[in-house]
Amino acid sequence: MRKFMGSVDLRQILLPIGQMAIFVVGAGALCSVIMVILALLCRGSGADHLLQATQGVGIFTYTVGNLPQVLIDGMTIGFVYAAIALGYTMVYGVLQFINFAHSEIFAIGAFCGVEALIALNGLGILAKAGTIGSFGYFGLALLIGMAASGGMAVLVERVAYRPLRNSPTLVPLISAIGVSFALQDIIRMTESLTTGQFYRVIPTFGNFDAHLVLLRIGGRVIDIQVKSVVVIVAAVAMLVALNYLVKATKVGKAIRAVAQDKHTAALMGIGVNAIISLTFLVGGSLGGAAGVLYALKFTRIDPFVGFMPGIKAFAAAVLGGIGNLTGALLGGMVLGMIESFAGAYLGTYTMGAFGAEYKDMVAFLILILVIIFRPNGLLGEQVSQKA
Amino acid sequence: MRKHVSMIAPAVASLCLLLAAGCEKENKTIKIATQSPLSGAMSVIGSDIKSGTQLAIEQLSDPLVKMGFKVELAPFDDQGNPDTGVANAKAIVSDPSVLGVVGHYNSGVQIPSSEEYHSAGLCNVSPANTNPKVTERGYLEVNRICGRDDVQGAVGAQFAKSKGIKSAYVLHDKTAYGQGIAEYFQKEALTQGIKVVGFAGTEEKANFDAILSPIIAAKPEVIYFGGMFDQSAVLFKQARQKGFKGMCLSDDGFDSSDAAKIGSDALLQGAGTYFSTVSGPANVYPDTAKFVTDFKAKFGNNPQPFAAQSYDCAAILLKAIENAAVANKGKLPARADVTKAVRDLKDFHGITATMTFNAKGDLAKAKYFIIQVTSADPAKWSANRIDQTLDIAPPQ
Amino acid sequence: MLESLKSKLRALSALLNQGRIPYAVCVGLIVLSTALVYGNPRSIPSFLLFVFSASSIYWLRMNRAIQLGLAVFFAVVLVPILGARNVFYLEVIFQIAVFSALALGLNIVVGFSGLLNFGYMAFYAVGAYLWGFFGSQQPNLLHATVTTKALHTPFFMAPDYFYLFIFLGVIVAAILGLLLGLPVLRVRGDYLAIITLAFGEIVRQLANNLDKPLNFTNGPQGLTPIQRPTMPEGVLKLFNNLVQPLVGHRVTDSQAYNILFYLIALLVVVTVIIITYRLDDSKVGRAWTAIREDELSAGAMGINANKLKLGAFAVGASFAGAMGVLFAASRTFVSPETFTFLQSVGVLTMVILGGIGSITGVIVGATVVTLLNIQVLQSFSLFLSQLRQSGAVIPIINFHWSNLSNQLDPSKYQRLIFGVILVLMMIYRPTGLLPAARRKRELTERTEADPEATENGADHV
Repeated sequence: MRKFMGSVDLRQILLPIGQMAIFVVGAGALCSVIMVILALLCRGSGADHLLQATQGVGIFTYTVGNLPQVLIDGMTIGFVYAAIALGYTMVYGVLQFINFAHSEIFAIGAFCGVEALIALNGLGILAKAGTIGSFGYFGLALLIGMAASGGMAVLVERVAYRPLRNSPTLVPLISAIGVSFALQDIIRMTESLTTGQFYRVIPTFGNFDAHLVLLRIGGRVIDIQVKSVVVIVAAVAMLVALNYLVKATKVGKAIRAVAQDKHTAALMGIGVNAIISLTFLVGGSLGGAAGVLYALKFTRIDPFVGFMPGIKAFAAAVLGGIGNLTGALLGGMVLGMIESFAGAYLGTYTMGAFGAEYKDMVAFLILILVIIFRPNGLLGEQVSQKA
Repeated sequence: MRKHVSMIAPAVASLCLLLAAGCEKENKTIKIATQSPLSGAMSVIGSDIKSGTQLAIEQLSDPLVKMGFKVELAPFDDQGNPDTGVANAKAIVSDPSVLGVVGHYNSGVQIPSSEEYHSAGLCNVSPANTNPKVTERGYLEVNRICGRDDVQGAVGAQFAKSKGIKSAYVLHDKTAYGQGIAEYFQKEALTQGIKVVGFAGTEEKANFDAILSPIIAAKPEVIYFGGMFDQSAVLFKQARQKGFKGMCLSDDGFDSSDAAKIGSDALLQGAGTYFSTVSGPANVYPDTAKFVTDFKAKFGNNPQPFAAQSYDCAAILLKAIENAAVANKGKLPARADVTKAVRDLKDFHGITATMTFNAKGDLAKAKYFIIQVTSADPAKWSANRIDQTLDIAPPQ
Repeated sequence: MLESLKSKLRALSALLNQGRIPYAVCVGLIVLSTALVYGNPRSIPSFLLFVFSASSIYWLRMNRAIQLGLAVFFAVVLVPILGARNVFYLEVIFQIAVFSALALGLNIVVGFSGLLNFGYMAFYAVGAYLWGFFGSQQPNLLHATVTTKALHTPFFMAPDYFYLFIFLGVIVAAILGLLLGLPVLRVRGDYLAIITLAFGEIVRQLANNLDKPLNFTNGPQGLTPIQRPTMPEGVLKLFNNLVQPLVGHRVTDSQAYNILFYLIALLVVVTVIIITYRLDDSKVGRAWTAIREDELSAGAMGINANKLKLGAFAVGASFAGAMGVLFAASRTFVSPETFTFLQSVGVLTMVILGGIGSITGVIVGATVVTLLNIQVLQSFSLFLSQLRQSGAVIPIINFHWSNLSNQLDPSKYQRLIFGVILVLMMIYRPTGLLPAARRKRELTERTEADPEATENGADHV
């Protein structure tokens, strides 16, 4: 641990940023191209006529007009999914085990961050903070959320997973589901006993809701909210930091060693239990940070907030190749884009037959299709059958 | 021998316990049961349905207590699940001291559960079930004091028309409640000549980005959301942040001060936020104000939507039981008598309205209010402005 | 402590199983509990004793024929009569029967073959919606929306097709199980779990959304009314004549239906038990065990793993399909809210709690969880509510019951209870309360290797 900050490996910082940029641009471009082609094909169809009747625009104009906003939304949610997916992927890489309770770790992080902000708001501190101060306080909430969820992840590992490490695969998975359910109710119980509320709303402060104008084209304004920018920047920073930790530090090497072969790593003098706890800590903190960012972007959380994003993030991790950090990034981005496009366009293209309510099903279908046809995911290594 | 004794003794002891536990005292207890979701996502509303009933029992059971009865609350958790609701209904029905049920919150749970109430003749007064099917079956036992989807949705559309709205985007929360109202709104809007630019449902609770982008681009003059405030307030806030300038319209699921807590200033922007409800705001109806104060004092939170209606349901049941007991010369009335007494009530003064039931179990005349949100402060929710009042009879 | 309890139990059962004593004990228990339930129709301890006396028919060693006779008498005579007295108990027993069948089906998938299925409710939903769709007015309302007034639309089929649809439910669910299994079963254990979870959610969302463009499921409003099979007038009159003096009041139509559905459910459960039992002891069952323990070696021994896994999936699904049809008819209402992930996990909890792979265990698990859910938790919270209203005080610490927070209601914590049961069972007793002998061997041998193992490590069959 002493020398892991010895020399900063710039490559490991720039490389993931470059990768992320490629993923964002690639996924966005691919989806956009597909939508534009679809739009061109659908000119003159029933959907086109319906649009003309109700909104006065053709389907091509409608599609292209909405494209920038849809892309931005997709990118934002994609980064959130990527951040959560990293937690799943890290634990899977090290233990070959799906940590089902990760969705609740995400929720705990969200709650702790939001409660911290609500407390600060109650003390009147947030109202007095300027723009820079608001960022500072948000950062504080982020750290609190990360600490809480990281701690909870380690606790869960110690209590519910470690005794089961040598059991057949079925057993820890069931235990994980049990932990997930128990945590959901514990969050609900804590919330209702202390605040009497079921859901919590993040207080408004700072300039997070303000809009930053990116482009003005022919009367249309393409803008992005400051909070979306915060989410993206924070997520990128975390992803880069994690990548650096795993690829360029000695601790990271230990993690990779344990992931590759637990017993040999132990023979090499690596404290396997400590490394596994560390993995849970790091993965959990990322999930918690994702939770606070989610709360910032969408303002409202409840004890069951983790379920859907959890499954979708897992689908993203599998899509990218579970066990593979870069894969989690790619999977998150692709899933976020597809979901955003589906939500925005599905209803219009099917003339209301299949509307935005099918948006969630898209993630599930992707999950099923990927596992069936390409279980290694887009970037995964060959996953061998456990003998 | 000792081994046998050591096993017989606990056996006998437990036997005595069983007999004691099973013995029933002479029945002077009246119970009013509630069925609402006390766990899960809807527990916030369901808890307050139970609390509203509890408050009513505490405040209004004096006449019955003077007659020598003990009045108790028997709360049940239907978990928002039809199975649990039916199982609870059977438990409720098999308890002879239960003379009335206040419930449910989900029409999907109420409809199968009420089959049980109907076959036992047990009276059910509902504070929150808005699905028309609830009373269309014509059961004597089933009543409701809230509005019906087919009326409330139409009211919303008529209000929009009266404000000169020409285009609407309709959303709902994919529950029986929200979708029902939204469908009726759409139907009436089309009849009134309002263009329905889109109709969509979503189970999403927080991430409305994908759904809002096409809505904002379509520039409707009003967004109508059928569903509960914990979704609609978030949606309206996000819509305002994306630059929506038109009107936001919702149903009585929006009627909670927590909507102001969630939506805050967003609710005042653009062309304003309105919602329809059968329950008038507290500043116009002093009884409601007293209820809100008492509720907050006893339970610590502001009452959620339908808590006031639950209070009224319990009040109706208590009054009907009292009338039936008086008619029965002070003895415990039969369930059928209570059921009949509920329907016989004329112009009962509740805190939400003055009520008489028609032959189907709907309120013979319901007053609908369209209320505009005038303040982002949850404490001032009762002071919201009434924009329109309509007296409407339900479909016959 | 556990060891001494176990030895006490063994001593007790040895004592009770000598000679004529079991018969006396069993009949005595039944008579006692029946009297108690009859006299105090709303007493929960009486009811629990009643259920316990039913299980005593199984535990005590008696002549097979007498056991069977007692069981039949209990199920076909005692329960309906007592059920007519208190319709809630019949409902509890009915739900125990339904969930037993579901748990047995899941047991075949999870317990016998080792395939984790988190979306089991999907097959249940398919069965329920199958009869829900055809047995209601829905096929005539395919273009209807919520606003269509459909009160007088004719029903699509005659109600007695219900009996045919039980078999159709079996077939359709089995086909669906095959379709799901085909692409999915080559995938390893935890992936399979997630896929089945996703599949379960997809089916639920489809049920919630398939009201456009054609209205198949009527969306969140659900399908109602669904027809029930006609009750033969003669049978009802006969039943009334026999039972009325005992029950004290005339059995109404709906109460008679409750009893009818209870009997049908019983029939289905018995069939399921017999099928499961025969499968367990057959070549197929042993092949499943082989696949579960070591798929590679099983394949080397010539077992076609894929085919057998598919078979397990299909059989498990078919049980759920049959029960789904029954459920739809008995409730006359189906809606998507019944088929959530929480319910799937509930059935899984029953299997885990009772004992993976053990038939008796699974039934016990189903009984315990159902009783917990419907009865024990609810009545405990009712009890607390009465305490709160009575103004009582705990003496020493002077705690007013009315100050007990509303939030600490036991019936609210279903998820917590499921979750804690699952975790505790997995850590301390993965074989379940009543383990299957084979399973115990497998699960305890693995944990022996872990130095942090708990008492399971010392358990040998």
